[in-house]
Amino acid sequence: MKKISEWLKKNILALVTPIILLVIWESASRLGWVRATFLPPPSAIFATLVELMESGEIFINLGISILRVAEGFIIGATLGVLVGLQMALMKKFRIAVSLMFGILRPIPVFAWIPLLILWMGIDEGSKITVIAIGSFWTVLISVVQGIKNVDKKYLEVATILEKDRKTLLLQVMLPAALPAIFTGLRVGIDVAWRSVVAAELIAASSGIGYMIMYARELSQIDVVLVGVLSIGLTGIIIEQLLSLLEKRLLRWNVNLHE
Amino acid sequence: MSAAKTIVQTLTITNLSKTFRIDNNSVKVLEDINLTVEPGEFISIIGPSGCGKSTLLRLVVGLDQEFTGEIRLGDNHIKGPSVNRGMVFQEARLYPWLTIEKNVDFGLGNQHSVEEKKRIVAEHLELVGLSSFANAYPHQLSGGMQQRVSIARALVNRPEVLLLDEPFGALDAITRINMQQEILRIWETEKTTILLVTHDIDEAIFLGDRVVVMSKRPGSTKTIIPVNLPRPRDRNSYDFVTLRKEIYTQFFADVETPFAYSI
Repeated sequence: MKKISEWLKKNILALVTPIILLVIWESASRLGWVRATFLPPPSAIFATLVELMESGEIFINLGISILRVAEGFIIGATLGVLVGLQMALMKKFRIAVSLMFGILRPIPVFAWIPLLILWMGIDEGSKITVIAIGSFWTVLISVVQGIKNVDKKYLEVATILEKDRKTLLLQVMLPAALPAIFTGLRVGIDVAWRSVVAAELIAASSGIGYMIMYARELSQIDVVLVGVLSIGLTGIIIEQLLSLLEKRLLRWNVNLHE
Repeated sequence: MSAAKTIVQTLTITNLSKTFRIDNNSVKVLEDINLTVEPGEFISIIGPSGCGKSTLLRLVVGLDQEFTGEIRLGDNHIKGPSVNRGMVFQEARLYPWLTIEKNVDFGLGNQHSVEEKKRIVAEHLELVGLSSFANAYPHQLSGGMQQRVSIARALVNRPEVLLLDEPFGALDAITRINMQQEILRIWETEKTTILLVTHDIDEAIFLGDRVVVMSKRPGSTKTIIPVNLPRPRDRNSYDFVTLRKEIYTQFFADVETPFAYSI
C-alpha cells in the first residue's frame, strides 16, 4: 500500500495525461463531434471490455497469444543464446556464418509469415516459428556483443588465478555479459509480442489478433479497439515482470539502481 | 593465521628484454633486466611513466610470455600464470556480481573442501580486516576496502610471490598511508616475497628492503638502492630524507627536461 502511494506521488503525471485525453474523447462523443460508429466513447469501449471479460473471450484469446509468445520466445531465445555464445567464442564459426546472418538478419520477421503459412499452415507451428525467428536475432546480437565487450581486466584476473575455460565462461564471461543479454531478452520479447499479433492478423483461427480481425469483419469497432488496447496493456505487464526479474537477478548491477 | 606452509623460493630475472610490436614498428620496453629477489624480500620498483615497470610485473606473473631472457622461481622457469604468484592491480578488479566473500573465494583453486574454503576465506577477510563485509557487494565498499579485498583474493593461495602494480595509486593520500602500513603487516604475517611497482618515491622507501630505480624506455634496472632503515620507518627521519634525496637525484637525472625539486 505504502509502495503504491509512493509510486503515485512520483508518477502522478503519468496518470493525468491519459485521464485528460479520455475526458476530451468522452466529451467529444457525448457532444456529437465524433460519430460512435467511427470512434465509440471510452465508456462504450469500457462496457465492451467488461462484457468480453465476463464472457471470458478476451482472456481466452489473449491467453492463446501469450502461450504462443512464450513457446516461440523460449525456442528463439535459447537458440539465440547458444548460437550467440558459439559466435562470440569461436572466431571460425563467427566468420562461417557472418555473410549468411548478415543477409538473413535484416529481413523483417513479418516477411517470413507468408512463407511459413505455405510451409506449416495457419496453425500453431507457423506462429511459433515467426516468434522464434523474431526473438532469435535480438537475443543473438545481445549475447555476441555482451560477451565481446566483457572487460579484459576481469579475464586477466581469472587467467592469473589459473581458472579453466569452463569457469571462465560460466563464472566470469556470462555474469559480466548478463546485463547486455538481459537487454536483448527484453527487446526480444517485445519483438515476439509484436510478431504474434502480426501473424494472427494475417491468418489465424484464434488469438488476440484473430479476435481483432474477426470483429473488423463484423464492423464491431468497439471490440477492435478493446483488442488493440489489450495488446498494449499486456505488453506493459510483460515489460514490468521482466524488469522485476532483472532487478532480482542483477541485484549487483549498480546501474539498475537509480 | 596458520604458519606459512609454502616454501618461498628465490625469484631470479636474468637478461630480460621485451619488445612490443605496434603497427609494424617494434618498441623496446624492457632491456636487460637483472634482478635477484631473496625469498621473503620486499622490493619496490620505481621509474618514469612508460618505462615498462608494469610490463615487468605482467611478465613475472605470466600474463605475457613473449620475452627474451629468463625468469625463474627457484629452479623453475616461468612460462605462464600459476597460483604461486598472486597479483594486485591498480584497480581492485573485483567481480561486481559476487559478494566480497565470493570474490575472495574465487581466488581459491578446487583442491579444497567446502569447509576448508570457508575457513581460508574467513581467515583472509580477517587478515585484511573486512570480516563484517563478507556479504556486501563491491560497489558498497570504498576504494581502499575494495583494494584490501583484492589483496585477500591474491593471497588465498598462499603465493610465494605477490606482485603489486601501483595498488594504492588510485587512493587518497590518507588511505594510501593506511594501506602501506596494512601491506607491511600482511607481509610480516604471510612472509611472501613482494614486488611493488609504484610511482611514489616515499612509498617505495617506506616499504621496500631495496628500491629498484628503472631508467626511461627501454627500461632497465638502472640502480638498486638498499634501504637499511629499521621498521617501522619514520618518513621524516634524517636517514629517510637523505635516501629520498638520493633517489630523487637518480630518478630525475634521467628526465630530459630537468627541473628543480625541493623537498
